[in-house]
Amino acid sequence: MKKVQFKSNYSQYFFLAPQLLILLIFLYWPIIQTFKDAFTMQDAFGFGSQFAGFDNFLFIFSDPSYFTAFKFTIIYSFVITLITGSIGLLLAVQANKVMHGKSAYKTLLIWPYAIAPAVVGVMANYFFSERYGLLHHLFNNLWGFNWYENVFDAYIYVIIAGSWKQISANFIFFLAGLQAIQKTVIEASIIDCKSNIRRFWTITFPLLMPTTFFLIIINITYAFFDTFGIIDTTTIGAPGSETKTLVYKAYIDGFKGLDLGSAGAQSIMMMIIVLVITIFQFRYIEGKIHYN
Amino acid sequence: MIKYISSTINHLILSIGLLIMIVPIWIIFASSTHSSLFINTNGLQFFLGDNFIENYSRVLFKQSGFFNEITALKMFFNSFVMATGIAILSVITSLMAAYGLVYFKVKYATIIFWLIFITLLVPLELRIMPSYIVMSKLNLVNTFAGLILPISASAIATFFFRQFYKSIPDELLEAAKLDGTNSWSFFIDFLIPLSKTMIAAVFIFMFVFGYNQYLWPLIMTTSEQYWTVVMGLKTMYGSISDRFAFVIMSMIPPVIIIIFLQKLFIQGIFQNK
Repeated sequence: MKKVQFKSNYSQYFFLAPQLLILLIFLYWPIIQTFKDAFTMQDAFGFGSQFAGFDNFLFIFSDPSYFTAFKFTIIYSFVITLITGSIGLLLAVQANKVMHGKSAYKTLLIWPYAIAPAVVGVMANYFFSERYGLLHHLFNNLWGFNWYENVFDAYIYVIIAGSWKQISANFIFFLAGLQAIQKTVIEASIIDCKSNIRRFWTITFPLLMPTTFFLIIINITYAFFDTFGIIDTTTIGAPGSETKTLVYKAYIDGFKGLDLGSAGAQSIMMMIIVLVITIFQFRYIEGKIHYN
Repeated sequence: MIKYISSTINHLILSIGLLIMIVPIWIIFASSTHSSLFINTNGLQFFLGDNFIENYSRVLFKQSGFFNEITALKMFFNSFVMATGIAILSVITSLMAAYGLVYFKVKYATIIFWLIFITLLVPLELRIMPSYIVMSKLNLVNTFAGLILPISASAIATFFFRQFYKSIPDELLEAAKLDGTNSWSFFIDFLIPLSKTMIAAVFIFMFVFGYNQYLWPLIMTTSEQYWTVVMGLKTMYGSISDRFAFVIMSMIPPVIIIIFLQKLFIQGIFQNK
């Protein structure tokens, strides 16, 4: 920490106490409860419970619907990352180039970022409703769109709803990344390489790598957690449970199905996934310091 | 000539991007100014109708919900209380905790550091059910405290205030110490004024974050008196134009923040990620 510090016997605890207190009650207590639940088997009526070892974990691993949710979550994060990343990058590159109207484009492109996922989901609902939905009609005329029976159509529904606002986030970060690249580097590269497109892929894009990597993490985290509001306001997991993300499934099993053991085990599996992502993130940050 | 063409292409691509972002909201807005009867027979609308004032004032003041106990206006009030509470509480606790970590010799500093920062691994979505049980044990279901406290239990802001304090030169504290400043007045008179922009950015970001909460208010409020805007969207019943108008209104606070406080908000995003 600092070389010069205050020496005191109690002041530091006065400053730390409020946050630690809130964390202990509202974070550590529920987390401990989650671990307790995960290793306990409860009977269906909540009358009794007993230590169950890893039974809850074995149960979710043998449950096909857990793998359906796992598969969907992976596909969902991959597709959202790809779509929003490439559209965001494309728009950021254009916005970085234009001479006029740069700030107007910026303002108009970033504000969907502030809209809640649940609000986006409710909006998407109208565009995909059988009665009013423009996109429903459009897709229906193209190939007979029916999201509550056809898995592929349901995927399209939640992917469009989930990607829309995330384009803004990718745009903001890519634009910031592009603006951070030094003008001299670009000017020097213009002398060496005349082709715009080749220059972009050989000079600019590699320089954007830190931003790209960072955005991949952001988009994955978004697809894992923030899309809850989108799923809950659009398909609710339909047709069967093919569009349930892992987080959504844990919520449904715990809150609607009252299976605390399974929900707890699922939460712990998610914590492990988040831990792995975070380790990646830290290694990346260390890598960046190394380069500098 | 080539330059002219390529800049035209730039503007063209950007305009398509703008259309993707704005047209959906425009359609919902335009549709919200028609009567429900008109929407039900003609579908979503591209052009404005005559029912703007009628629809919006009806939604704001009409009793709705399962038991007709709440108006949209009350939901906005609830959302503001919740979002402001979350923003104030996280700024204050994080500012203090970061100060304690950076400027003091703390026993077991590493343990406390990890105790605080490991919480970043466990978003609220992962502890939703046990959190609900804890809140009901504490009798905090259907209270503002219940809506605010668990969302404020986050170390993200602490992390960034800590980074910021570490970037402040040591000489500042040395000079202050020579003048006989104690830890409390150093915090109040030196650090807080220095962190003003940072505090504003974190505050705005946490406000929007709090306002946009969906799952937690959904679980924590069984009484309609505590419904918030974003959760109320799904549960609110009414005619189709009521719902359109409510969707549009629900976006206004965060969108105003991002348009007028763009610089601060973006700074907030960069610090909070």
